[in-house]
Amino acid sequence: MKEFVLIFRTSANPDFKPSAEQIQQMMTSWMDWMNGIEAKGQLANRGTRLGISNAKVVMPGNMVTNGPFTEVKEFINGYMIVKTNSIDEAVKIAKECPMVKGGGGSVEVRTAVSSDDNS
Amino acid sequence: MAEQQLIPHLFRTEYSKLVAVLCKYFGIEHIEAAEDIASETFLSALETWTYKGIPQNPVAWLYAVAKNKVKNQISRKHLFTEKIAPQIKYLSSDIGEIEIDLSEKNITDSQLQMLFALCHPSISAEAQIGLSLRILCGFGIDEIANAFLSNKETINKRLYRAKEILRLNKVEIEFPPETEISKRLETVLTTLYLLFNEGYYSESRDTILREDLCLEAVRLTYLLIDNESTNQPNTNALLALMCFHSSRFATRRNENGEIILYNDQDETLWDKELISKGIYFLKQSSQGNTISKYHLEASIAYWHTIKNDTKEKWENILQLYNHLLQIQYSPIAALNRTYAISKTYGKQEAILEAEKLQLTNNQYYFSLLGELYKDIDSKKAIANFEKAYSLAITQSEKQIIKKKIEKILQ
Repeated sequence: MKEFVLIFRTSANPDFKPSAEQIQQMMTSWMDWMNGIEAKGQLANRGTRLGISNAKVVMPGNMVTNGPFTEVKEFINGYMIVKTNSIDEAVKIAKECPMVKGGGGSVEVRTAVSSDDNS
Repeated sequence: MAEQQLIPHLFRTEYSKLVAVLCKYFGIEHIEAAEDIASETFLSALETWTYKGIPQNPVAWLYAVAKNKVKNQISRKHLFTEKIAPQIKYLSSDIGEIEIDLSEKNITDSQLQMLFALCHPSISAEAQIGLSLRILCGFGIDEIANAFLSNKETINKRLYRAKEILRLNKVEIEFPPETEISKRLETVLTTLYLLFNEGYYSESRDTILREDLCLEAVRLTYLLIDNESTNQPNTNALLALMCFHSSRFATRRNENGEIILYNDQDETLWDKELISKGIYFLKQSSQGNTISKYHLEASIAYWHTIKNDTKEKWENILQLYNHLLQIQYSPIAALNRTYAISKTYGKQEAILEAEKLQLTNNQYYFSLLGELYKDIDSKKAIANFEKAYSLAITQSEKQIIKKKIEKILQ
């Protein structure tokens, strides 16, 4: 079993205000998705959401700026870690992510490199 | 409660509680700000719970987040300090002291006062129902559109206009003064009565939605019963009516969604607990000198909980309809009275009475005549059913009429 990090990139407009019922819908589909992964024993780490407001970028030369989120098309808004036998299986999981299925974002699948794997 | 049901349940109940309390705090002119904060609270829940799972006490979590959002909004000097803050009576300069009271008592009080505000006589009954569904019952615009057999744009426009009127009229979210309460309560009861009917008679295919509308109407009526000043005979009579009707909910449609007429319903499936609740509230409603249309309709509905036809049953129903028509004439009540006549004095007598009504653009008028002529003159019966068929709008009604015609032809 290998671990893969799913990185959620949203392209949603940060000013987008979903209605209560849209939120309800989103939450239900996310929970269904995550519970499904967990039920198969493929969830290594629930990860966390990364806040959009209150974000800084630290650069060389003692430069600290606020997160450049509104200017870029996509921003990372969370991650989680799954464990599967291959990247293909992890991709299969990512394809079912509500963000991908319903539009509004993409999921980047990256191998978490372990010490015995130098590929 | 399983996770699957928990989330929709929380949205339905907590969204409306938050909006009522926040709106009471901000004033009705900021109803949208209240809705926004309630929505944002659920957005935070979405973002956090999806990763961390649902907290031990989700309601407490939502309330804590909502309170923080109010504080943040105010401190951000957003629209709040400029527009809302000056109008908030209890706002001190120290943001730390802002206290949104989310106690059970304040939630109930806010919802009741909100109910009076939304059922303000200045807005149309349709808008009152729509707003109540949105604000007090946490229904989505889609669901409201579905219930009214309308579309989202129409409903959005209707609700927007109604909010504008409430704003312009500076409607206060408060209990009406003691002297006005009976008059204002009347409008509220009418709205709840219509809300219930919307669910009970709606042509929407969504059975769960229709039942939800009825349950919400019952819940809001209970709020009025639990409050001393609104626990009046009329309120009890309305609740009794709702209980009697609701008792038949499960038996009114078959698994294909087709209507099952009263006579074909399986009365062993009627909800006996609701019937006895209805009887209790009907008794409570008799403590007074007034007889409202709710009293009469509830009494008629009571007789209909006894399936067997007896002379006593139909004589009572006929008298109740006579009384009802004196209080408030309606073509449907007049038609129902005619049916009661046929059950008490026979079909010939009923035909004479029915033809006096001349409700020639009403499908039920022709359906009733068809029914009355069935065993007397099958040609006339068919002709009447055919007129009813051409006037019927929904497929389920057309289907029933078609079956009746086929039965005569057999």
